[in-house]
Parts: sequence; structure tokens; C-alpha cells
Amino acid sequence: MNATPVADSASPYVFPRHRTAQITFVLLAVYVVYAAAQMEVSWERVQAGLEHAGRFLSRMFPPNFERSELLWKGLAESLQIAVLASALGIVLALPFGLLGARNLMPAWISWPARLIVVLARSFHPVVVAIVFVKAVGFGALAGVLALTVASIGFIGKLFTEAIEEVSIRQVEAIRATGAPFTSVLAFGVLPQVFSRFIGFATYQLDSNLRNSTMVGIVGAGGIGGTLFAAFQRFDYDFVAAILISLIALIMAGEVLATAVRRIFIDNVTLGGLFRGGTPASQERHLEDD
Amino acid sequence: MAEALILRRLSKAYIAGKPVLRDIDVEIAAEGITAIIGPSGTGKSTLIRCINRLVEPTSGEILFEGRDLARVRGVALRHARRQIGMVFQEYNLVERLTVMENLLSGRLGYVSPWNAWRRRFPDQDIARAQALLETVGLTGFANRRADALSGGQRQRVGIARAVMQEPRLLLADEPTSSLDPKTSVEIMQLLADVARSHRIPVLINMHDVSLARRFADRILGMEGGRIVFDGVPGALSDAILKQIYGGEDWLH
Repeated sequence: MNATPVADSASPYVFPRHRTAQITFVLLAVYVVYAAAQMEVSWERVQAGLEHAGRFLSRMFPPNFERSELLWKGLAESLQIAVLASALGIVLALPFGLLGARNLMPAWISWPARLIVVLARSFHPVVVAIVFVKAVGFGALAGVLALTVASIGFIGKLFTEAIEEVSIRQVEAIRATGAPFTSVLAFGVLPQVFSRFIGFATYQLDSNLRNSTMVGIVGAGGIGGTLFAAFQRFDYDFVAAILISLIALIMAGEVLATAVRRIFIDNVTLGGLFRGGTPASQERHLEDD
Repeated sequence: MAEALILRRLSKAYIAGKPVLRDIDVEIAAEGITAIIGPSGTGKSTLIRCINRLVEPTSGEILFEGRDLARVRGVALRHARRQIGMVFQEYNLVERLTVMENLLSGRLGYVSPWNAWRRRFPDQDIARAQALLETVGLTGFANRRADALSGGQRQRVGIARAVMQEPRLLLADEPTSSLDPKTSVEIMQLLADVARSHRIPVLINMHDVSLARRFADRILGMEGGRIVFDGVPGALSDAILKQIYGGEDWLH
């Protein structure tokens, strides 16, 4: 690894030229061309694919919402998996995130905590879901557990990083008042990370909502199972109905996440939420910079 | 015992063999302002921070209220820190909390964590905080966020937070170095008022020799990790300043 810029000493330029970066870029470009050639992605293959895609798309329309009961049941279960896994994941990620912060914890605590978080993040949620389906059987429980693990792995790391970036001066000042450690957390650390925590939590809910529609494919509950079955039976019009519903669900989740952020971070009231307008925090952020 | 604080052979070396503080021996009287002056990097901050153990001393004793602060740990250390207020150069307010919350954080040593998390403070603490805001000239600022204040206002909050502790000793680590000359005088005046009205010793390290002369009852001059001058402001001659800071062109 050579991070230092390789500057030409005789160069008339003010800015050193990054030889290493240039060479890396060329090598990357060469590899992309090589990989494309290896995969035998030819024009004929693309044409055949497009033809097939056209047939597939035509069979998706019009979407078929006849089996709405099945659709709703699946969607509701996916939503429940996402919300439960997010709640559990956040509650468990908080202590792991705190214990992993090297600026507040001694190494013998932070390393094990970080290791657990890394382990929770090492596999894709679908892989974890397969493991849990084998362990606890088919159904939503496996999905909740799988996404909880994924949430710990993801926001646990983000929490740790946020805590490690706090201004230690502010923490030091609270410590100097003789405050017990947990009070130092409440007054010196939490205020500095709270808005970021809310951001991570809503992001994780959003992410879990997407993933909860997928774990069903491996039998861990939710709409994914229904979607997979519809594909298998070539019920492409029902597939289209499910996909449209998923888009609506994700968009609804986005709106919900934005609302949560505005309530917690900008202290917007429920009424203010619907009126819109500039949140107070945006004005404040101008002063921060 | 007339002395509030006694330092005995206090030493600190961040890197073994390169001491920043060398065998500091000093006794601080129970009242009055003591200013520590000296060039940058001479250990003034380290000395102040050793006293409330934000920095761990390497050796020596810190005798305060009948205890050696260099030895205490855990709850005993927290209880010692409650008695010692501290004012910082960069104010060190919790930026995202309100002025009132910053003031009340001075009481955290006395409030249980459970109540701290719920933001429950005794009524008399809140009343005292209100009164203090008036004293430091920040009436009506209680619900402003700390990051919306100017430097001088922040330092007033910083001092008020320290006073909220009802300290038996006040430490100030370059409290005016980030402020303009006029505000610096006002802040020093405020610290002097606190020292007088609460009858507590105040230990301030500072760069500004003229401010030190004007406000301090006693001046400690440090150089190379040692105290090389100890006396009343009137005794601080040019010759001594030359010894502390080196050179003489800056004196004229």
C-alpha cells in the first residue's frame, strides 16, 4: 500500500501528480474490459435477453390484485418483521456500540464488543436467515432474528463510530464535575450523538423493510415467500401486483422515517409535521458551519 | 490549616524520562487568586489538570481537604471532583444542550444517574441556576442552545457551571486565551468576584502577564516544568519575566 503521492521532483506543477493513483485507475479499466470479454457478453446475447424481457414484461401487465388477502397478509408480516427486528436490533446495538467505543472503554472491553459486531455484519441477511430457518424452523421468527443480527452488525458499528467522534472536551468537562459514568453518558455523550443515532435507526428501519421482503424467499416469513412462489408458478401478473405493493410499502416507510427524524431531531410537533416548512435545525446548522 | 491545597513533589511525565512537571512544591491559601504564568508547553495546563486528575500525575502528593488526591480512585475521586470547579480555555460546554442544562450539569455529582437521565434536578438547583444566570449577566438565556452563544457568553456559562458545583476550589485553564481583550477583563473580573463572594481559592493559568498582575493576589512563574517565581504581582520584575520567558525584546 503506497498512500504517499509520488511527486516528480523536477515537476513544474504545484500539485504533486499521483502516479500510483493513475496506474491503479488504468489497471482497473483494463480489468473491466477483460472481465466483459471473459463473460462473453456479446451483442447477440443482449438482443436475445431483451426479447425475453419483453415477453416477461408483457405478461406482467395488467397487474393482478385478485389475491389481495394473500398479498396483505404477506405485506403485514414483512412490516412486522422489519419493525420488530429494528426495535430489537437498535436496543441491542446501543450497548454493543457503546462498549466498542475506544475513547470511552478500555481495550479489553472494546475489542470483544467490536468482534461481536463484526461477526454480526459478516454475512448477508439472507445467509443469516437460512441459518435461522434451519435453527428455529420456517416462519417469521427466523426472519426477525436474522434481521436483528444484521441490524446489530450495521448500526452497532455506526453507533461506535459516532461515539468515537464526539468532542472529548465536552465529555471531560462533565467528568470534571464529579458526575458518575452513566451521567457523563447522559449529559456529555448522548447530546452529541443523539441526532445521528436517530438517523441511523431510521435508516436501519428502512433497510430492514427492504430486507424483510427478501428473507421470505428462504422461508423466513413475510411477502418474499409469496413473491417467490408466484415466480415459480409463472403468475407474472401477481408478481407485478406484489412488486407495486412493495414500492408503495418502501415509500410509506420513507415517509415514516422522515417523520420520525423530524419529530426527534427537529422537535417538530405532530401538527407541524403536516404543515411543513423549514425545520428549526436547518437554520441552526448554518451557524454550526 | 490555612492552606486549601498543597502540592508535594508533584511530577508528570507523559513520556517516561521526559518530565513536563518536575517536583512541584506549592501551597495554595484558602482564599484568593493565584495566577500561573509561563511560556507555552511549560506544564501550566498539566499542573492544573493533575489537581482534578484529568491528567494522572506520575508521582507526588496533592493534598486537598485532608486527602491525597493523587491516590483516590472511583467514588472517592468523583467526590473530590465535585469539590473542584473547572473552567476551560475552549469553554467545553456541551454544545447541543441548553444553557440551563449546561449549568445543571454542574450538579451531576450530586444527582443520581437515574434522575440525570430523566433530567430531574432538585428545585433548589434550578432556582440557583436561574439566580446564577442573572449574576453572570445571562438572564433570559436559559433555553438558548450553547452553540448559539458568543465566546464571552460561553465562558460565562462555563464559569456558572463550575460555580453550580459550590466548589471548594476553582481551577481555570487559560480561561481568557480564546477571548478578545475587553471580554477577557470581564471574565477575569467575574472569576475574581466568584473568588471573593464564595471565599474560595482560584487557580488560574494564563498567558496574559498584565491581566495576571491586575487580578491575581499571587503569581507563580513556571519555566521548564518548575516554579521559578512565587510572589505578589508587585515583585514580578522585568528581570524575572526575562528569566521565565527568555529574551527581552517583547518586554518593550
